[in-house]
Amino acid sequence: MFCNRAMEMVRELQRAPQGQLLAFNEDGLRQILEEMKNLYEQNQSDVNEAKSGGRSDLIPTIKFRHCSLLRNRRCTIAYLYDRLLRIRALRWEYGSVLPNVLRFHMSAEEIEWFNHYKKSLATYMRSLGGDEGLDITQDMKPPKSLYIEVRCLKDFGEFEVDDGTPVLLKKNSQHFLPRWKCEQLIRQGVLEHILW
Amino acid sequence: MSEAYFRVESGALRSEENFLSLDDILMSHEKIPVRTEIPIPRLGAFFPERSGGADTDNTIPQGSKLELPLWLAKGLFDHKRRILSVELPKIYQEGWRTVFSADANVVDLHKMGPHFYGFGSQLLHFDSPENPDISQSLLQTFIGRFRRIMDSSQNAYNEDTSALVAKLDEMERGLFQTGQRGLNDFQCWEKGQASQITASSLVQNYRKRKFPDLDH
Repeated sequence: MFCNRAMEMVRELQRAPQGQLLAFNEDGLRQILEEMKNLYEQNQSDVNEAKSGGRSDLIPTIKFRHCSLLRNRRCTIAYLYDRLLRIRALRWEYGSVLPNVLRFHMSAEEIEWFNHYKKSLATYMRSLGGDEGLDITQDMKPPKSLYIEVRCLKDFGEFEVDDGTPVLLKKNSQHFLPRWKCEQLIRQGVLEHILW
Repeated sequence: MSEAYFRVESGALRSEENFLSLDDILMSHEKIPVRTEIPIPRLGAFFPERSGGADTDNTIPQGSKLELPLWLAKGLFDHKRRILSVELPKIYQEGWRTVFSADANVVDLHKMGPHFYGFGSQLLHFDSPENPDISQSLLQTFIGRFRRIMDSSQNAYNEDTSALVAKLDEMERGLFQTGQRGLNDFQCWEKGQASQITASSLVQNYRKRKFPDLDH
């Protein structure tokens, strides 16, 4: 009646450090929907009684439950929407391929949404800048040079540069590489951008 | 600096809350004292001390004093006060308003209900005759405290700020954090690190929290 379950879910999301995606709370959602079903059924029966049995004194009771239904709905929608905002942020901060651990935190519908979003973004990016398209997820900070110095933070393996030369990314090795190749790896924490 | 998660902002300081704002949902969960103006049948189970009991159809009698969450009070309130009438919580009444006008800085607004300004602004919906005084009090309290918040947020660099934010309400804490972000961005720029590509803090957070197999 007081939407405690819904509030727990909202609080859980609010507490998660900036933008982190938590596991989808399937159980919680089910409990909220059950609470809503009960409230709705009680209201249906009271409305019938008020109409046919002349019990207009039930009207505040019906209103009470109705407020509760609206509140549960609001909390649920806000929960789902905030999660979508976090999932959207993943595309920009992480890239288009999410690690499995994160995928397990998303419901099937959220994964579908993510795929749609990826596609929309890709279509949009292709439509920019003439024939080639423009990758707007690159150069999030204004670039100062074409090539940058990077240090490898963990073993990543072989990496091919534009002219086919393979580069071995081993922990602590340093390389001088084109900016556009490294940006995503730096954001993912594989490489570290070194400034002079 | 290029964080891609933009949460829905609170609308509580404006005329209406934002439906999708998690902050507003938490704010409107706080309790407000009300008085029932008519009997409310069948809900006595939720307010056992007030309930008339099973032989009254579990009715909450007229004139009962209850503590309801703000969202419920808002939903049931109308200008004719047919179902309930609302009382002002103590901190918005004259006594505390005088304290605030004396020195707004000493008060622990976090303890007084962590959403002092948001809740207070939404309180104005209940047509209390004290509304003009309440709104003045909210405004003047904020004006009195703002300077210290701005000052401390702009000068606390790389230190433990928990003592500075302890007595701030949620809105003030948000302001403080914005100030800190500005300060950190500026320092970053001064050090010439503004153009350094950094690992996304989102990614770093996932790494820290028990995701060891993130290294694909």
